[in-house]
Amino acid sequence: MADLHIPDALLVKNYVQGNENALATLIKRHESKIYGFIYSKISDRDISNDIFQDTFIKVIKTLKSNSYNEEGKFLPWVMRISHNLIVDHFRKTKKMPMYRETEEFSIFSVMSDDTLTIENKMIFDQVEVDLKKIIEELPEDQKEVLVMRMYQDMSFKEISELTGVSINTALGRMRYALMNLRKIIDKHQIILTN
Amino acid sequence: MAKIYSKKALASKILKPKKEVVSFLLNYSQALTVVKIDEKSYEIIAN
Repeated sequence: MADLHIPDALLVKNYVQGNENALATLIKRHESKIYGFIYSKISDRDISNDIFQDTFIKVIKTLKSNSYNEEGKFLPWVMRISHNLIVDHFRKTKKMPMYRETEEFSIFSVMSDDTLTIENKMIFDQVEVDLKKIIEELPEDQKEVLVMRMYQDMSFKEISELTGVSINTALGRMRYALMNLRKIIDKHQIILTN
Repeated sequence: MAKIYSKKALASKILKPKKEVVSFLLNYSQALTVVKIDEKSYEIIAN
């Protein structure tokens, strides 16, 4: 109980001089403040315990090597050590790298928006409509294979089974369908682009 | 019965580190000796 009246600075001095009980008193006096501070930032008991331990390992090493020279400010000093360790913890566990916009570096060089603009969306829709019209011009057997392959995402094996022709015939029809599409596009000078 | 609108104090529970952690630190402190030779410090841990 008498320990409670001894100031931190004196306990630190006693500890540096070899009184190990002084450390026990210092830890007991400040453990809830320091641990509470760490837990308020980390919200994980195990990690908070680790950081609390690392904080005091630094404290012990510094005091034992006589490098401490902040008499009377023991608690803020320990809090600063724990704060630095909390920052280190977040740096280590950070999943996403952080980018800041500067004059030389534009944030948009690493970010992109894949969605189409209104204009591009309109062009895309128009191309779709035009393409469907052209496909309608194809002979029925070629159109059937092309639609199954491109719009229904079927394999040539499935197409051959469904249409009752060999895989090679289905492949041939697809080839002719594409050739004929190109012919129609060239003939009518249709521009399909986005 | 009157309804209590005030929230429970979240920080009412005193947080403390594990006893094992404190015990480890005290043992570590007892075992550690730091020796300074020519501006270099050496840590000696006694078993």
